[in-house]
Amino acid sequence: MSEKELARKSVEYRRKILKYIYQAKAGHTGGSLSCIDILNVLYNHVLNVDSADFSSPDRDRYIQSKGHTVEALYVVLASKGFFPESDLETLCTYQSHYIGHPTRKVRGVEQNTGALGHGLSLSVGTAIAGKLDKKDYRVFTLLGDGELPEGSNWEAALSAAHYKLDNLCAIIDKNSLQISGATSDVCNTDPVDAKFEAFGWAVRHVDGHDFEQLKAAFDAIPFEKGKPSLVIAHTIKGKGVSYMESQLKWHHGVPSEEQYSDALQELGVAEESLA
Amino acid sequence: MEATIENIALKHQANLEVFSQTLQTLAEHDRDIIVVTSDSRGSGKLVPFGQKFPDQIVEVGIAEQNLVGVSAGLASAGKKVFAVSPACFLTARALEQIKNDVAYSDNPVKLIGISAGVSYGALGSTHHSLHDFAVLRTINNLLIVAPADNFETEQAIRLAAEADFPVYLRFGKKVMELLSEDEKTFEFGKGRIVREGADLTIIATGETVAPALQAAEKLEKESGLSATVVSMHTIKPLDYNLLDEIALSGKPILTVEEHSIYGGLGEACASYLLQAGHRNAFKIIAIPDEYTVTGSQQEIFTHYGISEAGIAATAHKLCQG
Repeated sequence: MSEKELARKSVEYRRKILKYIYQAKAGHTGGSLSCIDILNVLYNHVLNVDSADFSSPDRDRYIQSKGHTVEALYVVLASKGFFPESDLETLCTYQSHYIGHPTRKVRGVEQNTGALGHGLSLSVGTAIAGKLDKKDYRVFTLLGDGELPEGSNWEAALSAAHYKLDNLCAIIDKNSLQISGATSDVCNTDPVDAKFEAFGWAVRHVDGHDFEQLKAAFDAIPFEKGKPSLVIAHTIKGKGVSYMESQLKWHHGVPSEEQYSDALQELGVAEESLA
Repeated sequence: MEATIENIALKHQANLEVFSQTLQTLAEHDRDIIVVTSDSRGSGKLVPFGQKFPDQIVEVGIAEQNLVGVSAGLASAGKKVFAVSPACFLTARALEQIKNDVAYSDNPVKLIGISAGVSYGALGSTHHSLHDFAVLRTINNLLIVAPADNFETEQAIRLAAEADFPVYLRFGKKVMELLSEDEKTFEFGKGRIVREGADLTIIATGETVAPALQAAEKLEKESGLSATVVSMHTIKPLDYNLLDEIALSGKPILTVEEHSIYGGLGEACASYLLQAGHRNAFKIIAIPDEYTVTGSQQEIFTHYGISEAGIAATAHKLCQG
């Protein structure tokens, strides 16, 4: 998929994320919009996953550690044919499988996540299994920058380097905001690149909304043979809707009818510019 | 699920030794058996396993959260994973990983809590696991098993290796006698009657089954009271059918466990029996809610009445009403 096609796809994804959050009156809006371009590139350019053969032992794995931005994942999985998009009409409603964090009851979801600091260990285990079985699949996991203080991440980071898991790629959605404020104020984890490098990882920075950079980074993994790869994706929370961008209240803010309409209009303009 | 005994040469060893030997036997024919340890291969008696099967042991260092998360990842890729760590750390520090990555995500990891209960004795409360039954019982999709002797241990490991669901297995360090000579079958979820009696029933689990049996002998000899003794190895799901059978006799019921008085075997039995309408005289012997006395496992057992004399005395009193 070309960068322009990916850009169009992202507009469509953003529209749907907002639609289902607006309808459900719940969701993690800002983070879903910050990570959607990453998911777009993963599912439309990188991952060897097929909705018709999801149980294949050779498939690439994507484990979303920052489970709260599930709306982004659900929208992408629906577009890839894992389930009918109309299922998302039930998001967060009574007896729906489509709950507010990833669950394996939804086809295409690899692991139940939502509690933070779990995705990296799960990915390390899956990557070790791939090495033991001499399989070519790769394991990708998306972490939020706000979840990095969870100690389990660093336990897993050690193991990933110890086992030389160059079939593992972690991505940090570095939108620099979390529920209480700026990540640098809540618990500064910078320089996060130097920390992971010191742990034995190969690290690259990208603009997390630049499709060319995202594709180039993922095409280059493993960045170093024998080392796990980390992509630090610099993103903007609420990206694509100007009044949401870098605004803390949109961490899990739900747009009003008027705000929703304004957002759709803005996305329409963005789409036209890509025509 | 039922297993028939294949190798009963295993006797008079710590259940942990039997666990390790059984895993080695299984691993010889199954490359998918993977042991994951948190610097616990020595205390888990797994050094020989690691030497024999270096590609089937994953060491994560002293990092229990990662131990369980990595194990879940391995299991999701089809491995038959035994995550081995002292029960005290495994079931407290990694509780969220057990809840989410294993049970909720339905990754069929076999969690092996070693040196459980007060096995570490005078090392103190940091190393005791008197909470594990209680906390794990509240987690959906997790079988909880505490084998009493070498036979139950071997069978439980064989069954666990093939189980497509998560299991928590709890072992102590003490050398265990075989409970009876005619041990033939073992099933998860089915309590084993290891002694038949007419006057009361003692329901015990794990390493407390042995003193329960000794107490039954003492009672018979000294008081003329004959006790049925049950090894209730599976704490969850509890064997309700057996509890009904026992309760219908109308005789007193005594439970014994190496766990807090709260939330373990005793309270699980009491809850079922009361709700099922049974009104037998009932008593729980367990570790009380206090700073645990300092001592060896045996000394702690004796202090709290989890001993031949202690259980016999409590049983005698219970029978007298």
